[in-house]
Amino acid sequence: MAEREQVERGGSDRTEAAAEDITAPAGGQGEKLKADLDDLLDEIDEVLEENAEEFVRNYVQKGGQ
Amino acid sequence: MALPKVLGIETEYGITTGGPDGDPIMTSTFLVNAYASQLRHHIGWDFHDESPDRDARGARLPDSMAPMVETHLANAVLTNGARFYVDHAHPEYSSPECISPLEGLLYDRAGEEVMRLAMNAAAQRYPEMPEIVVYKNNSDAKGNSYGCHENFLLSRDVPFAEVIAAVVPHLVTRQIYCGAGKVGAETPSFEDVPSFQISQRSEFFEEVVGLETTLKRPIVNTRDEPHADPSRYRRLHVIIGDANMAEVATYLKLGTTALILAMLEDGALNNEVIALKHPVRAVHQISADPELGALVELVDGRRVRALDIQQILAEAAARYVEQSGGVALGEPGIAADVVTRWLSTLDALQANPESLASTVDWIAKKRLLDAYADRHQLGPNHPRLRAMDLQYHDLRPERSLARRLGLETLVGPDDVEKAITEPPRSTRAWFRGRCLTQFPDQVVTANWDSLVFDLGTDPLRRVPMMDPLRGTAEHTEDLLESVGSALELLERLEA
Repeated sequence: MAEREQVERGGSDRTEAAAEDITAPAGGQGEKLKADLDDLLDEIDEVLEENAEEFVRNYVQKGGQ
Repeated sequence: MALPKVLGIETEYGITTGGPDGDPIMTSTFLVNAYASQLRHHIGWDFHDESPDRDARGARLPDSMAPMVETHLANAVLTNGARFYVDHAHPEYSSPECISPLEGLLYDRAGEEVMRLAMNAAAQRYPEMPEIVVYKNNSDAKGNSYGCHENFLLSRDVPFAEVIAAVVPHLVTRQIYCGAGKVGAETPSFEDVPSFQISQRSEFFEEVVGLETTLKRPIVNTRDEPHADPSRYRRLHVIIGDANMAEVATYLKLGTTALILAMLEDGALNNEVIALKHPVRAVHQISADPELGALVELVDGRRVRALDIQQILAEAAARYVEQSGGVALGEPGIAADVVTRWLSTLDALQANPESLASTVDWIAKKRLLDAYADRHQLGPNHPRLRAMDLQYHDLRPERSLARRLGLETLVGPDDVEKAITEPPRSTRAWFRGRCLTQFPDQVVTANWDSLVFDLGTDPLRRVPMMDPLRGTAEHTEDLLESVGSALELLERLEA
């Protein structure tokens, strides 16, 4: 039962968080997201596949469902 | 009274071996076997009840294109109640039966972790092979698509024609918050090829209703294979969804669809006002328009946006949950939480879509790609943008762009870790998973609706589990704790 109780608490916490999102001034959150995105763009070339063209060309899948 | 919306997600993952020459069936088999060989005991799958060619609209269609069941490929049943196997040249994880959208999300996340563990296991077991990499996406951008299917328990009492009318407007329009996004297009569905689409899957849909899943894909799949007592239950098999990296998107995808189905069963849905005139055209139009302004035609002649249809559905759901409590969605509070998030997501899509960059995949992806293209002066469809599109879905933690974006999470890492091995408590997955843990030497095969035991002396003994809501922890935890052997368990069950 411990697991279920934990899940329920999670549920009510999230409701409050969602409500805050609507009322929070867009500026603060937006600025932070933008700063995070700039940081990611600064470092992204290190994690991107080296040869983009070849990587994209080689990514071939068989169709599924 | 609506049935509890027992649900789950089955995902076919993309797979590569670092070069163009890999055989995906072999690679997927290595991946599954590497993981299965680490388990204490490898329990196989039982194909006794598979009938993918049975049609919800009537009898079996002899010339239909239902998929073949490939019994010779790698297959494992996990102690969390899930199935991990090779399907159509892809590694597939089918989650156990879950009691709520939040639990469904948790076990979908556990599936991602199983894939990561399997990648590591394969690297250790086959050090001479090129690295196997798994992607949680739905297309290779070359016209090949693979699925992420949701399953929902539904009452047999609802005529299938009503199911179709109930779900089509939702399945066509929900992509505005559960689409995973992609660069460009890869089918002849568009006159003007979009530079970015909301959904990975939408353009692959060509019919409104049908039995197929690999060709001429239908918005509503009619496969009538309930994996449960067919006189009482249906299993709605939703094949149009994208595989999501964003937890909120997975949660909303399951939660909103489960609510629509509960409303249908309770007679609380009036979908006539949003019946689409051309559902297939609409699904393509909406996917091709990240500006969210596309107008789709209704049967009554009006032209509306996807947002307008979603707003009508979400407001009806809010009234339904207020009146009924929404108990069909599992734990108390979940239905109300789904409605709150659903409405706030629609508000944000209307007013400021970028504010959803940590909860909606296509917005997170598009924002990253747009910023990168802007910084490096890249045109649309540039190979680096296409590469980033793929790498958004890379499951390796150090390579996954979705992970780097820091998307909002709804389930904690400890709960996910536990869900890799522990079954859900409130469905029959509990009994399946616990029996595998407790009697690994006696359970010889398992499937969704039965377990087969080998006690050494008797013929094999099949334990049917035709009700997804029985075999829960509440029903069987004390029994399982009190028996010392599989034989004693079977004797007590038969007594």
